[in-house]
Amino acid sequence: MSRRGRSTTGRLPVVLLLPALLGLAFLLVPLIGLLAKAPWSTLPSRLFSADVWQALRLSLLCASLATVVCLLLGIPLAWVLARASIPGRGLIRALVTVPLVLPPVVGGVALLLVLGRRGLIGERLDLWFGFSLPFTTAGVVVAEAFVAMPFLVISVEGALRAADPRYEEAAATLGAGRWLTFRRVTLPSIAPGVVAGAVLCWARALGEFGATITFAGNLPGRTTTMPLAVYLALETDPDVAVVLSLVLLLVSVVVLASLRERWISGLR
Amino acid sequence: MFRRTAIAVLTAVAAFSLAGCGNDSPAASSSGSSTTNLSGTINVFAAASLTGSFTQLGKDFEKAHPGVKVTFNFAGSSALAQQINQGAPADVFASASPKNMDQVTDKNSPTTFVKNTLEIAVPVGNPGKITGLKDFADKNKKIALCAAQVPCGAAAEKVFKAAGITPQPDSLEQDVKAALTKVSLGEVDAALVYKTDVLSAKDKVEGIEFPEADKAINEYPIATLTKAQNPEGAKAFVAYVLSDQGKAVLIAAGFDAP
Repeated sequence: MSRRGRSTTGRLPVVLLLPALLGLAFLLVPLIGLLAKAPWSTLPSRLFSADVWQALRLSLLCASLATVVCLLLGIPLAWVLARASIPGRGLIRALVTVPLVLPPVVGGVALLLVLGRRGLIGERLDLWFGFSLPFTTAGVVVAEAFVAMPFLVISVEGALRAADPRYEEAAATLGAGRWLTFRRVTLPSIAPGVVAGAVLCWARALGEFGATITFAGNLPGRTTTMPLAVYLALETDPDVAVVLSLVLLLVSVVVLASLRERWISGLR
Repeated sequence: MFRRTAIAVLTAVAAFSLAGCGNDSPAASSSGSSTTNLSGTINVFAAASLTGSFTQLGKDFEKAHPGVKVTFNFAGSSALAQQINQGAPADVFASASPKNMDQVTDKNSPTTFVKNTLEIAVPVGNPGKITGLKDFADKNKKIALCAAQVPCGAAAEKVFKAAGITPQPDSLEQDVKAALTKVSLGEVDAALVYKTDVLSAKDKVEGIEFPEADKAINEYPIATLTKAQNPEGAKAFVAYVLSDQGKAVLIAAGFDAP
């Protein structure tokens, strides 16, 4: 492993290596700052407060549910964008990526205007079913899914475009319908892309702040996820904010690393 | 009328004493008059709730002193205090609470320049039929409050304690403007915000005064900073905020005189 690593770096031109190292440092130094500032002596007592676990549990639950929502809606959407011949596909693709460039707070306001108690759809929901999404855990999932879905769609669409369509054609000539082909041929062949997209989507949902606090508000146990808890802790006690950030960082690194190990390498 | 004169006198005294302070400090250069030869940029860090009134004051000040530019950094007071302590280039700091002013180490002695009172904000037409503070304990009403970590939330906590009411909030917002937005969009039936916030959104929001508000009046201190790059300008701007003209703008925005 180490020999292979050395031989590859040996061939790397300095023009690439230098900015690569700078880039890595740029991404890692702030994290080191977080570690250096952490109040290690009081860490355990701060860590085992009920609030932290409540926020962490809620974060993990909401991010996972949001990822499920994104998978259920995003994979078909990616399939349509990659395979179906519909007019204005370029425009649709551009619109799908809008949540990526939209400031999350604006996304939250947009969600309120549609799904809020006086929103276009939300007003009906409230009137007919007495149900409103803002200030609920379901609202957190909606906000996170809205912001995170483009990551999944882009990733899956890329995988679909890279996949060899001849397998699907072969399946069709053998009498498989489109749904059967999609399930048994297309989906397995793009699985790495789906997993990578889902991981990105989950990570984005886990760190979501702006849309969540705007659309779902902030109530401990119901809508206070870790990023919201970090933000509010920063107002009074920066040490607590650092501890919360470290917990979130640790959990996400563990989850992402183990997912990569198990799924992506297994699929290769 | 008498009260106004009293305020004017007090203001003048405050301005003088502030100028005196500056002369004592070794940082200030001993140039005779501080108001005539002002120049450059004055960086003012001010609480988010001062956005409207301070922008106005800045324009008026620039008009009175050609060649001077006043730039603002509006944000939550605690964030501003942290920025200043981390070396941000500020000449003046106007905080929404004495606590955040205390957090700043390198400052000249602060002066309280306005007070702000809490008020109940409801959407126009009052769809939740809110009548007073007791409605905040009703589980069937949608309620937004500020989180206890920010000044308006701390003030709300005091008010509820004084009234003996346990509120049932649906959301604890990260700042007072976020709470106001939830009301103006009609997402909640009521929120506790400042009187100035109700005035700033008066076509979307109605205000309801309540007696317990007296229990948590928020004082706003202002101070020049010892590491100011434009100490003369900083002093002049603070004096302007404390002047009669400055007071008039702030009172029009819904603030109370200290």
